[in-house]
Order: sequence, then structure tokens, then C-alpha cells
Amino acid sequence: MSAQLERLLAIVRRVIGVPDYALYLRHMRERHPGCATLSPREFERERLTARYSRPGSRCC
Amino acid sequence: MKFLKPLAWAAISLAGAGAFAYLALSRGETVSAAWLLTAAVCTYLVAYRFYSAFIASKVFALDAARATPAERLSDGRDFVPTNKWIVFGHHFAAIAGPGPLVGPTLAAQFGFLPGFLWIVVGVALGGAVQDFVILCSSVRRDGKSIGQMAKEEIGPIAGFTGMVAVLGIMIVLIAVLALVVVNALKASPWGTVTIGLTIPIALVMGVYMRWVRPGRVLETTAIGLVLLVLALYAGRWVAEQPAIAPAFTLSGTTLAIAIMVYAFAASVLPVWLLLAPRDYLSAFVKIGVVVALAVGIVVMLPPLQMPPLTRFVDGTGPVFAGKIFPFVFITIACGAISGFHALIASGTTPKLLAVESDARFIGYGAMLTESLVAVMALIAACILSPGVYFAINAPAGIIGTTVESAAHVIGSWGFVVSPAELSALAQQVHEASLLSRTGGAPSLAVGMAHIFANVLGGGGAMALWYHFAIMFEALFILTTLDAGTRVGRFMLQDLGKHVWAPLGRVSWYPAVLLTSAIFVAMWGWFLYQGVLDPLGGINSLWPLFGIANQLLAAVALCVGTTVIIKMGKARYAFTTMLPLAWLVVVTMSAGWLKIFSPDPKLGFLSHARMLADKVAAGALPLGAKSATDVARMVFNDRIDAAVAGFFMVSVLIILADSLWVWYGILSGARAATSTEVPFTASTAGAGVPR
Repeated sequence: MSAQLERLLAIVRRVIGVPDYALYLRHMRERHPGCATLSPREFERERLTARYSRPGSRCC
Repeated sequence: MKFLKPLAWAAISLAGAGAFAYLALSRGETVSAAWLLTAAVCTYLVAYRFYSAFIASKVFALDAARATPAERLSDGRDFVPTNKWIVFGHHFAAIAGPGPLVGPTLAAQFGFLPGFLWIVVGVALGGAVQDFVILCSSVRRDGKSIGQMAKEEIGPIAGFTGMVAVLGIMIVLIAVLALVVVNALKASPWGTVTIGLTIPIALVMGVYMRWVRPGRVLETTAIGLVLLVLALYAGRWVAEQPAIAPAFTLSGTTLAIAIMVYAFAASVLPVWLLLAPRDYLSAFVKIGVVVALAVGIVVMLPPLQMPPLTRFVDGTGPVFAGKIFPFVFITIACGAISGFHALIASGTTPKLLAVESDARFIGYGAMLTESLVAVMALIAACILSPGVYFAINAPAGIIGTTVESAAHVIGSWGFVVSPAELSALAQQVHEASLLSRTGGAPSLAVGMAHIFANVLGGGGAMALWYHFAIMFEALFILTTLDAGTRVGRFMLQDLGKHVWAPLGRVSWYPAVLLTSAIFVAMWGWFLYQGVLDPLGGINSLWPLFGIANQLLAAVALCVGTTVIIKMGKARYAFTTMLPLAWLVVVTMSAGWLKIFSPDPKLGFLSHARMLADKVAAGALPLGAKSATDVARMVFNDRIDAAVAGFFMVSVLIILADSLWVWYGILSGARAATSTEVPFTASTAGAGVPR
């Protein structure tokens, strides 16, 4: 898959609200090097729980 | 080339003014949708270029060099500096729901002009300002929610009132949206099967994403979209089988119970199984259909059959009771100004802004886009002949249950429609009947089907497009409803823990089941009463929802005004006080009329009195089979009156609290203590959108 297509798909994913694991990893590497990171599965679950437990993610 | 720019803006302003003038002066001939689009888009451009720039620079002094919460608090989870186009798309997908589609459709009973003017003027001076100001306020406060800001900027009373009001609004909102779905699926095996299938489709997607191909969201969503198309055809197939179609031809009450069971399940099941896959699917369908509708309208430029003003501006309209003032401003909330957006503008979005000055494009710009969606919905409703529009949207209590009676009553209003025409249209979209399918969704679907079938393939495609449109509307209504129920459950748990601590434990099943059941019962009660109501329920519930939503907007504008005054910018506080004053006038007069109007069609209390008088005189009112029925209807009216009263009192409390604070600050008696986070310079590279 070409790099451009992969970038486009990443944009689409973020627009529809899919949490971005690569960004999370990059953040942990830059800001908290040496800290343990969540696995992709753990990250996804943690994000979904957070998203659906507060008002403000949806409108009428 | 410098002189060209002002010239271009002068041309845009003139084009917009010209289109408005044409709309205002044209009488007696059909008007092309092109005029509405031109007037709307030119207004949006001018408002964005000048008014939003004024707010950005003069009021908030947005500064690209100031570090945003996403940069300062970056955590790779909630706080992520994000490209402005991605934030725009995400924010738009979150604010655009069924509201801007349904409201304008209902308000079309006044003709296209009142709704159109309110949508366009309301958004430029009210709705987009609210979204933008709340977004800026939240960005300057580490992405705090509107509830927290109300508490910290105004005071604990306003904060608590706001929180309880939000719960009340969610209850009415979910009930009325569920009623729209019930009315769209009633006695329609095709629609019922198609929508019903979206649930197993979501479950399959959820399981697939969890175990088969973890993390493959787009692949899974693509499969889901293909399955949706199959569900559309499966619905048609079932509807054509005389042996099984009756099993899916459901009554309003059965559908209402089914929706309650579904929402309860969505609230207690794990989110990955049902909610998340539905959301992804719905975000795609939402953006796709909005774009398709825009393209369809621009290609077709349909003439509007609805006159600019109808006789129903006098308050005798069949779709909902009440005069043009204040009811057009209540009926159309989303699209002009929607308080619910304040929850989003102070929710996910402020945590994503990479550059502070992006707030203008996202806060003001996305709301203008939603307003355009509302204009398109209005166009889709107004390209139907008025006779057809009223046949679909007037309740059976007024036009009767046969095409003959409907054509007769509608003819007496001066709109010509023949019984044969009504039967033919129903047949064309494969429905047993389109009469009294109140709630706006079916008439919008007929309008959209006209546009799509016109652009993409003849009359034979009408039925498919109609059911596609119904599926699209129901899909995203249900997405609001299930996620809303879950959020309502969390809010109840949060309140309940003060009564009994274990109720607050979000993963303790007894508490989860109990609070979910209570919340579903709260909105379910309104839904069920609405289904039984001989006047269709939308009649009384939609105005309540409108009042509630505008109330929330008033709360948001109180917060915004307080923030602006505390910044020492009281001279610019008119930006939020102007729409606030208007909303207070509108919600107060609408609420007052809904409760106390002597006209039983309009006032809840006089309606209750009329029912009681009828029983006392030994007669049964329309739709009641026994005295118990009447007692229930009377009780129902009184509850509706109490709810409207509760919303009005909430507005007054928050307004009084705010005025007290403003007076204190402006008179110098109170220090303008703001919770705004002090300026921190953005570090080169740290806030780069990713």
C-alpha cells in the first residue's frame, strides 16, 4: 500500500473518531521515554471506555 | 491586485443581498432552490470573513503563539494536537445529527421563508457565535466542560441547575427522536427489516474488530457499508413476501417497546460490541449523505413548490400549533442555534486544537456547515407539493385516515391534492400509506428520494431511494439515542452516588442495570405517551425539545458573556448578549404559551381542562376509549406543562445568577476572577499538528 493512501486512511480514521495508536506511542516515546506503554488492544479499550462515558461526544 | 479583494467581497455581499431581495419579493411563482442556496452561502461567507474575524481578534484576541491545551497537556489520548481539517471533520460529525434535518422540515408548515431566514440569520449572529465562544472559553481553560465552566465562572447554583437541566434535555431529546423513528417505521415492513438488520450488522462488525481483525476499523466499516446495502434489498424482499411481511408490519406501541429494549441493551452491553461499530458506520453514512444531498440539490436546482408563507403563520397549522413567533424559533433549533453543541465545543474538540486561532474555523465554520445542512433539509421538504407535505405531516386526528378525507381537508386549506396522487406516491415508495407519518423523517425521505432519483435514475428508483433515506435518518437517530442513553445512565449514576454510594460504581452490574432501566423508563414514558397521542405526539414533544435545547443555548451564552466580561471586554459582550436576549424572549414566550395558552391546541393546561370538561359532559374526546384513557391524557398534559415550567425556571435561575455576577463585576463590587489559564508561549515543534 502506498504511503499516501496510508496517510489518507489515517485521516479518515481520525475524522470518524478512531483512536490513533501510532500517535500515542510517539507521544510516550517523546515525553515519557522508559515508561511502560499500553498494548494496541489495551489502548483501544481504554479509549472506547473514555469516549462513551461522558456527554459531549454526540449531538442531536 | 490589492483592490480586487474588497471588490470580491462587495460582489459576494451584493449577490447575497440580491438573492434575499428576490426571495422576499417573489410572489405567486415557484422559486428555484438556487436562490436559497445563493442567499445562504453568501451570508455565510460574509459572516465568516467579517463577524467571526471580529470575535477572534477583538473579543478573544486569539493568538497562534499561545500554547493550546493539546500542546501543554499532550497525553497522546485526549489531548492530541491535531490538523485543523481533521478537527473540523470530527467536530462536524459530532454536531450534525438528526436535529437540523427534522426541525426545518416541520417548520416548513409556515412556508419556506420564515424557517430559511431564521436558519441563516440565527446561525450567523447566534449559533455559530455560541459554538465559537464556548470553544474559545474551553480552550483557554484546559478543555473544561460547559458544566464546569458554569460552576466556576458564574457560580454553584448556575452549575447545578445547568447539570440537572442537561439531564432533563437528554430525556426529552431521546424521547422525541425515538418517536420520529417509530413514526417512520410504523406499518412499514421494508423500513423495519432494514433498520432491524443494522443491529446484527453492528454486532458482526464489533466481533470482527475484536477477534477476527483487531484494530481494522476501516476494513470492518467497509464490510458494514456493503451489508447495509444488502439490508436495504433484504427489506424490500421481505416486504414483498405476503407470508412473512405481516410479521414485520409493526404497530407504534410495539416499535416503541422495541426501541426501549434496544437502548437498554446498548447501555449495558460493552461498547465495542454495539456502540462503537454503529458510530463508525453512522459517521460515514452521515458525511456521505450530506455530500450527496448537496451535490443532488446543486445539480438539480429544484423549484420550491411550497409558497414563501402559508396561511398557517396565524397559528392554526396542523403540524404543530402556535404562531410564527415564537414557534419557528423553537421548532428550528439545530441549524440556527443549538445548545447541545456547547457540550461538544467544550468536550472533545478543545482538547484537539493544535493552534489557538484554529478555533475560528472549527467553532464558527463547522456550525455554518451544519446550517447549510438545515437549509438543504428545508429545500428537500419544500420541493414536495404542499398538499403532499401536509398529507404526510398532519396528524390523523386532523386529516382522517383515508386518502379521500386527507385530500378533502387539505383542499379546504387551499392546497390542491387528489386522493389518487396520494395513493400513487405511497405505491411509488412501496408503503401502504404515507398519511400522517409525522416527525419529518418520511417527508424528508420523499424529498430526498425525488432529488436522488432525479439525478441518478428514474421514478423506478424512488422506492429504493426513499428507504435508503429512511435508513440513513434512522441509523443516525439511533446512534444518538443509544449513546445518549448510555451517557444518561452515567449521569444518573453520578447523581445517584450521593444517595447511595454503590450506585456510582460504573462497572457494578446491579447499579448499571438499575440506572439504565430508570433512564430508559424516563424517556420511554414520554415516547409511549407520544405514540398513543391521537395528535401524533410530535405536536407536543418537539416544542418541548426545542425549548429545552434553546434553554441550554441560553446557559451557554450566559457562560460566554460572563467569560467575556471577566476578560475586561464588556464592550464586546453584545456578541453573546444579543442572541441570549433573543433566546430568553423566545423560550419564555413559547414556554408560557405551551403551559398557559387558553387555546387547547396550544396550551397543555387548557387541553387538559378541555378533556376533563368533555368527560364531565359525558363524551369521550378523540382517541380515548375509556375514562381511564382520558385520565391518562390529562395527567400527561400536566406533566408536559411541568416539564416546560421546569425548563423556564432553570433559565431564570441561571440568568439571574449571571446578571448578579455581571452587575458585581461591572460595578466594581466583585473581583473579576477568571479561571483562564495564563499565557504560555507555544514551543516551536511541540504543537505541530499530527
